[in-house]
Amino acid sequence: MAFSEIFNVAVRGVAGCIPGKETDNISSGVFGSAEDAAKFIDTTGINKIYTVNDGTTSADLCYQAAELLLERLDWPKESIDGLIFVSQTPDYRLPASSCLLQDRLGLKQDCFTLDISLGCSGWVYGLSVLSSLMSSGGIKRGLLLAGDTISVLCSPLDKSSTPLFSDAGTATALEFSENTTPLKFHFGSDGSGYNAIIVPGGGARHPVKEDMMEMKPDIDNPSLMRNDLQLYLNGMDVFSFGISKSPQSIKALISNYEIDMESVDYFILHQANGLMNNKIRKKLNLPEEKVPTSIGKYSNTSSASIPITMCSELSGKTESRLKFIACGFGVGLSWGTVYFETDKLICPAIRMV
Amino acid sequence: MDVNDFVKNFADQFEETDSSLFTPQTNFHDLDEWDSLVALSVIAMIDEHYGVKIKGEQIRNSGTIEDLYIQVRGNV
Repeated sequence: MAFSEIFNVAVRGVAGCIPGKETDNISSGVFGSAEDAAKFIDTTGINKIYTVNDGTTSADLCYQAAELLLERLDWPKESIDGLIFVSQTPDYRLPASSCLLQDRLGLKQDCFTLDISLGCSGWVYGLSVLSSLMSSGGIKRGLLLAGDTISVLCSPLDKSSTPLFSDAGTATALEFSENTTPLKFHFGSDGSGYNAIIVPGGGARHPVKEDMMEMKPDIDNPSLMRNDLQLYLNGMDVFSFGISKSPQSIKALISNYEIDMESVDYFILHQANGLMNNKIRKKLNLPEEKVPTSIGKYSNTSSASIPITMCSELSGKTESRLKFIACGFGVGLSWGTVYFETDKLICPAIRMV
Repeated sequence: MDVNDFVKNFADQFEETDSSLFTPQTNFHDLDEWDSLVALSVIAMIDEHYGVKIKGEQIRNSGTIEDLYIQVRGNV
């Protein structure tokens, strides 16, 4: 069983940025008919998406979120000893975007940096890696930057992906703090589902070739078109995976660490889609008020969706001591759940950039 | 587990299709209302009522509602 308990690290703040280009899912034309669009919106709860303009990257959005958060925390740049960037849409195939962000944010060179390639589960994994590094006190303050621009990977002729995802960048601030309540994690992976969410071409397995740009019909639904460098999403398999693994992981964490579920203030789920999230909430018998959702406002923002939901729904409500459980699940397939507590969490409202 | 109950649970995921059209022999892929979103509701129904995690491929490879029922029954 993959559990982990990390001592002496506190979550001090979260911030999120969303790009300003808004697209309405009814009028965008990605659906064949208004009726199809209405049905999609009814099921997923996603009526609009926000995407970047050409040239803006996940790292750009995370940079802005980090600047916002450091300003609100009043943390000097030189106090940051570590930075992790979680994304499936880094600036370059190499070098790692976390190195570029160290320089761009004006952090000192005496700084740990690392990129992590995960999507919807990525914030939980990033939190586990950074907090583990900080637990012994060698790194006193760290930034976890999680963000994606999935719009860049989506075919505009693919209604199974394009209308689901918004772009976003987030920052989460961690601090070494002796005797704080430990973070508790559960993790899971199932690589047999690697092709449920995949960009098949452009990696070392299938290097870029000219014919990869050719638009081809989806094997099951020929009305959808995409090329090999674009995102393929097997909605049915991902749905089946999400509604089973996410509740299992949350229950495993609660059982292993004997957490009093009633005492948890908020359960923050990765914002996959409305149907899936409602189903997970009902399987766990959780009341709606304990499971804030931002899906209708900001859709599915991949690795950013947990901090985006906190900033969207809890900004102004985080002054008191709070207990959280957060669960991410998706591409990999990969999933993870974390329990953490906060006190006077800095949680500014979403900044549109 | 009973195939007629399964057919009823299956039919409950549809809003517009007349309930008389649902029998074990119904080729559900041919129903006008059948699409990938209804499929998600069917996956959720199978998870909820039968505790079975069904894959997209199993739905695609099932011609009739009874074919799907057999898949589910084999996994209970």
